[in-house]
Amino acid sequence: MSTPTATRTLLEVDDLHVHLGESHILQGVSFQVPAGGVTALLGRNGAGKTTTIKAILGLVGRSGSIRLSNRELARMTTHEIVRLGVGYVPEEREVFSELTVAENLRLAERDKRPRYDLVFDVFPELKQRRAQAAGSLSGGQQQMVAVARALLNDNQIILVDEPTKGLSPLMVTKAASALKRAAQAATLLLVEQNLQVARNLAEKVVVLDEGRVAYTGDVADLLADPALARRYLGAGGH
Amino acid sequence: MLRQPRSGRSTVAAFVIFALLAAIPFVDFEIPGLFNGPLNEPGTLQLLALCATFAGVALSYNLLFGYTGLLSFGHALYFSTGIYVADILLTRYHWALLPALAATFAAGIVLPFVFGAVSLRVSGIAFAMVTLAFAQAGSILALENPGRLTGGEEGLGLDVTNLPNFLIGVVNTRYLYWIALAYLVLTFVICWWAVNSRPGKVWLAIRENERRVEVMGLNPFAFKLLAFTLSGFLATLGGIVYLLLLGGATPEVTTANLSLALLLMVVLGGAGTLWGPALGGALYEYLDFRLLKLSSSSEIASLPGWLRAPLAEPLFILGALFIVLVFFFPGGIAGIAGRLRRRPRQQPIPVDVEVPPEVAQ
Amino acid sequence: MSTVILLLVTGLGLGALYFLIASGLSLTYGLMRVLNFAHGIFLTVGGYASWWIAVRLPFGDPWRFLVALLGCLVVGAIVAAAVEIGLIRPLYRRHVEQVLVTVGLALAFTALVQGTFGPDPISYPAPSWTQGVTQLAGANIPNSRLLAIAVAAVVFLVLSAFLRFTRWGLIVRAGVENRAMVAALGIDVQRAFTLVFALGGVAAALAGALGALYFGNIDPERGTATLIFAFIVIVIGGLGSFTGSALAAVVVGLLQQFMNYYASVYWGFSAAGDLSVVLLLAVVLLWRPQGLLGRSVG
Repeated sequence: MSTPTATRTLLEVDDLHVHLGESHILQGVSFQVPAGGVTALLGRNGAGKTTTIKAILGLVGRSGSIRLSNRELARMTTHEIVRLGVGYVPEEREVFSELTVAENLRLAERDKRPRYDLVFDVFPELKQRRAQAAGSLSGGQQQMVAVARALLNDNQIILVDEPTKGLSPLMVTKAASALKRAAQAATLLLVEQNLQVARNLAEKVVVLDEGRVAYTGDVADLLADPALARRYLGAGGH
Repeated sequence: MLRQPRSGRSTVAAFVIFALLAAIPFVDFEIPGLFNGPLNEPGTLQLLALCATFAGVALSYNLLFGYTGLLSFGHALYFSTGIYVADILLTRYHWALLPALAATFAAGIVLPFVFGAVSLRVSGIAFAMVTLAFAQAGSILALENPGRLTGGEEGLGLDVTNLPNFLIGVVNTRYLYWIALAYLVLTFVICWWAVNSRPGKVWLAIRENERRVEVMGLNPFAFKLLAFTLSGFLATLGGIVYLLLLGGATPEVTTANLSLALLLMVVLGGAGTLWGPALGGALYEYLDFRLLKLSSSSEIASLPGWLRAPLAEPLFILGALFIVLVFFFPGGIAGIAGRLRRRPRQQPIPVDVEVPPEVAQ
Repeated sequence: MSTVILLLVTGLGLGALYFLIASGLSLTYGLMRVLNFAHGIFLTVGGYASWWIAVRLPFGDPWRFLVALLGCLVVGAIVAAAVEIGLIRPLYRRHVEQVLVTVGLALAFTALVQGTFGPDPISYPAPSWTQGVTQLAGANIPNSRLLAIAVAAVVFLVLSAFLRFTRWGLIVRAGVENRAMVAALGIDVQRAFTLVFALGGVAAALAGALGALYFGNIDPERGTATLIFAFIVIVIGGLGSFTGSALAAVVVGLLQQFMNYYASVYWGFSAAGDLSVVLLLAVVLLWRPQGLLGRSVG
């Protein structure tokens, strides 16, 4: 049994519903993310993980309550939410290919003193490729830019959506260690299909199944039980 | 999704309505305020025939825009193809009626097919602009009067020597009215078929989500081209009727203004519904006729200058109507009727297409 | 030879006007995915505002023209911003309805101008030096064409610098690619929309004032007539590509000018230029649907 600690709740999602076209994708999702550390958001393909992230950011229409440090986000627009201190590393990287690396980072600057020293410490390669068009970067390098954008500012929480997708094993390790550094500076809500990475990085887990929360608890407890893991995460765990 | 009209009751209703409309030339009844004379008088019949014609042409555009979601700004091109090709063949080359009709039918199939094949290489906004450009080319040609065929700015009066007698003369307006009505019924039936047929379902699917259609293993381009060609052909037919009604061709029918008027007719009536655009077309044509009289009337002339200037311009009212419609009645008349009757199945599809990135076919 | 030079310069002059209108359209479409049919009214506003101001100023050229020009740019910016905030913004993401509303606005506004100032072209008090000619390689080049080319070149450089070196320019360039992600970086994209719309309005108003010099008069229909060619230009250049619209504007202007001249001389057919522009559009679509400099998707 996990020891309850007196950590405050940073992000509280309550009865979140999302409809896209005819589909009812999120059917009343409720969970909490404690401040500090990493919370993993797991589930099979199509369970609604990315939709949850997008709903928190206001990138899709949603109803329900989303509170960040007791500020209600549900009525706010995306850029207002982000300005509260929310970083975002999207599933498809979504770097701007026509802009250089430096321009991609400059665009992401929000604070008076963006933390370039931290960014270039974690990703020295980006410093070298500052003037390179982001579209000509490899997948792994684009992922660096995507994470760097979130590291640049002082964020309360960073929403990370499948950061290791499509990366070579070497890049996966690099990405994981970069995220570990990020977790020192901000709370992470991490969507991952790679259970090894999730176990490595996260303490708590929220599992979604068909648009609803199916399980919350410690990562270690979930992954120690193979039957439980298989039921919620499908046969693709590794 | 567009709900299928419940076949039984709607079929009877449609039949009754068309039977009533067909009977009008026998009705010696006056509706003061709406029309200047009794219903069976040639002047009134002429106006009703024009309304029926545009109702049909609006339905043809609805097939393209309302059902398949293809926003074309050049539909006037095919309408004016019907008018000008038939007029030129009958008047300049003195063809007999049936060959002229056959040739016009052929033009009404070949032209939209060719232009559609090129235009549909792009989608969304680029497609809209390309259709506009092609229609502009047609307009330029009509005005340029190459080989003195089109009559240029003055237009081309129709030479009636090769027309059967029952189509000539004011006293025979009733026959033209019935032809216009037959045209409306034809387009209505074809659109009805479209809702229930396989191509029709694919068109609706394309409007909703083209990717999914591809994933289903179908070729959206072929279906879009079919919709484009069919709707162009129906517009050409309407052009022939219009030519007979007006007795000539003028370049106004080739302009972008007419394409935009068709768009307004469909939006006014309710894009994607069955009877909405027909009503929109008829209503628009009627208003166009009456507003022309209104704008030159004494009531408007007595208004203060700043009010008179805009109201005296019919295009101002048209434009303002567009804006009001979009903001307050995006579902058009059919939408209002649907809300009044609270029947969800009558709800027209909202005029909203998520514009995809411009993709090559 | 002097004919060729003349055609070259006048073609570039025409291309300059097209560029001024198309640049705003291109950026607006690229960033907002809005097809602004009312863009032509900014040209009309520019022409009529500069005329209205010019005939009321107590002093003469060159200050009269410059003040009128400045005034019409301000009016253009205000009208454009008003249109964006009042009509476009409330319909956010409803792209087809945005198109319909701009269509309605274009019709209503043109009719309003016709009703207020009359449907006929009004003669424009052009500064005398713009009505003169300059000798260039044996050809007599109208100065108004040279002015148009110079102004368009300056606008191109200024807008390019804006896009490349300023933060808002960066936001616009990124937004053209992916505006949702720009918002997800904490940037208020709506403000970028209004800015781009206003910039487009200013450029189009400039085209209106220069067009008044070019044609010697202002005309309620000119906005819509030129707009159609501007649409063709941005499709040929590639939707959303700023440099594409510049390149395509030059090509279209030259093609139109050369074809109109030679076809009318040899065949008596004066609209061949306009038609060949449409033909060029068809050719580009068949060969490269994304336009000359557009990005092919997928």
